[in-house]
Amino acid sequence: MRNALAAGVLAAIACGIIGVYVVVKKIVFISGGIAHASFGGIGLGFLLGVNPVLVALFFSVTSALGMGLVSRRTRLPQDTVIGIFWAVGMALGIIFVGLSPGYAGDLFSYLFGNILLVPTSDLILMLVLDAVIAVVVFLLYKGFLAISFDEEFGVVVGVPVEALYLTLLCLIALTVVVLIRVVGVILVIAMLTIPAAVAKQFTYDLKKMMFLSTLTGIIFILCGLWLSYELDLASGATIVIVSGVLFLVSLGFRTLMTRGRPVAQPP
Amino acid sequence: MDSEELIRLEDIWVRYDSTAVLEGVNLSIRHDDFLGIIGPNGGGKTTLLKVILGLIKPSSGKVTVLSGTPQRNRRFIGYVAQSSLFDRDFPISVQDVVLMGRYGKVGLVKRFTRDDKKAALKALETVEMLDYKDKQIGRLSGGEQQRVLIARALVAEPKILLLDEPTTGVDMPMQTEFYELLAGLKHSMSIVLVSHDISAVSIYVDKIACLNHQLYYHGSKEVGPDVLEATYKCPVQMIAHGIPHRVLKEH
Repeated sequence: MRNALAAGVLAAIACGIIGVYVVVKKIVFISGGIAHASFGGIGLGFLLGVNPVLVALFFSVTSALGMGLVSRRTRLPQDTVIGIFWAVGMALGIIFVGLSPGYAGDLFSYLFGNILLVPTSDLILMLVLDAVIAVVVFLLYKGFLAISFDEEFGVVVGVPVEALYLTLLCLIALTVVVLIRVVGVILVIAMLTIPAAVAKQFTYDLKKMMFLSTLTGIIFILCGLWLSYELDLASGATIVIVSGVLFLVSLGFRTLMTRGRPVAQPP
Repeated sequence: MDSEELIRLEDIWVRYDSTAVLEGVNLSIRHDDFLGIIGPNGGGKTTLLKVILGLIKPSSGKVTVLSGTPQRNRRFIGYVAQSSLFDRDFPISVQDVVLMGRYGKVGLVKRFTRDDKKAALKALETVEMLDYKDKQIGRLSGGEQQRVLIARALVAEPKILLLDEPTTGVDMPMQTEFYELLAGLKHSMSIVLVSHDISAVSIYVDKIACLNHQLYYHGSKEVGPDVLEATYKCPVQMIAHGIPHRVLKEH
């Protein structure tokens, strides 16, 4: 149980920071692609008999760089590229699992997460990845803001746009790996979007948004964890449902708060 | 009259697949120029600015910016893109938008210094938007946003200011104020303004060029009806409200 709490907090930190970029830069779909493609690594881990999360790390970073480079350097539409990586990664995972000897019992926990089963070794990996994410974002905060807000202007003032974009995709890949144990590859996208989307309703300062979405993520995960325990439900799915419901609540709260006040209309 | 040449375009062609957007464009922009480039939508105005900035590589021809390549010297250009390019809902304050203009001076990892912040506030003061510095960019009106984007371009102390359709979505009284602002800036940098709105542009700029795939540059703002007709391929009356010469000459 203590491992579960620690895993929840570590996951919330990663998705709190990176989810903000995913939401404001509107790269939800590519994040989904990275998450699903990482399943290829889970499968290969089973086949080779090594920790699936480690191999998933390799797969998610590779597919992030692959999708980023192919969509920027070729004329293929980005969503086509994402769709291909998404499905091929998943398919590889299924083939690898099929080739593995014996019964892949805890495969389900990689797909949909099981926060109650996080071993200490994975906890250490999550901690390291969190540290990498936090340090890189601290150093490159200004650049990430520039490429998220206005890429073209960034190019003009000398921001290394492509390098920063690829770095950001790699950080998303790391976040995916942090979240695999908690909500699984299929539900990762919920934790990358919902806490940040909730935070975005209450602040327009990116740093505050990161703190707020981390906090929101912790609340979501702990509530979900408690509910799944009380009701004997799957933890990953319960966390996502709780997040979705609380997102609706925050949306309603926000609407009440701003009622009667003029809201800026897009021209 | 012969002052320093800042930008030089020589026989620029830009082709997308088989259609040519720019056909043999020659242009020279000198120190202290305030040039208006007018032309119909789809005539290649934005493409021309992006060629100057090195964002689009011409199919043939040579671009020189401050005697170097655009890629190397575009940091001396302040660029105000056509509005509506960024997400109005983006969580960022006016001051942080302006600070982005200082990026080239600060570099990848370093933080913005007090000087950078001072420069941002000064730029906001120039465009009379200092009171709005803590507001979210999307909360401002179109005209106010445009001023902030100009402040972002000014904050790097550019030698040249490029503006792409800066008055789109700005209401008439604000437009007048906006052109007065530019008239105040033209003594400290050269300005190139691109627009399809000929009447507004012609009052304030010193020189006019007409662009419709080809560039008709006259070095003076008195543009005869023949040039306008060649540019727009339609009768002049329809563009300048029936009295083209009065509109162009009186100011």
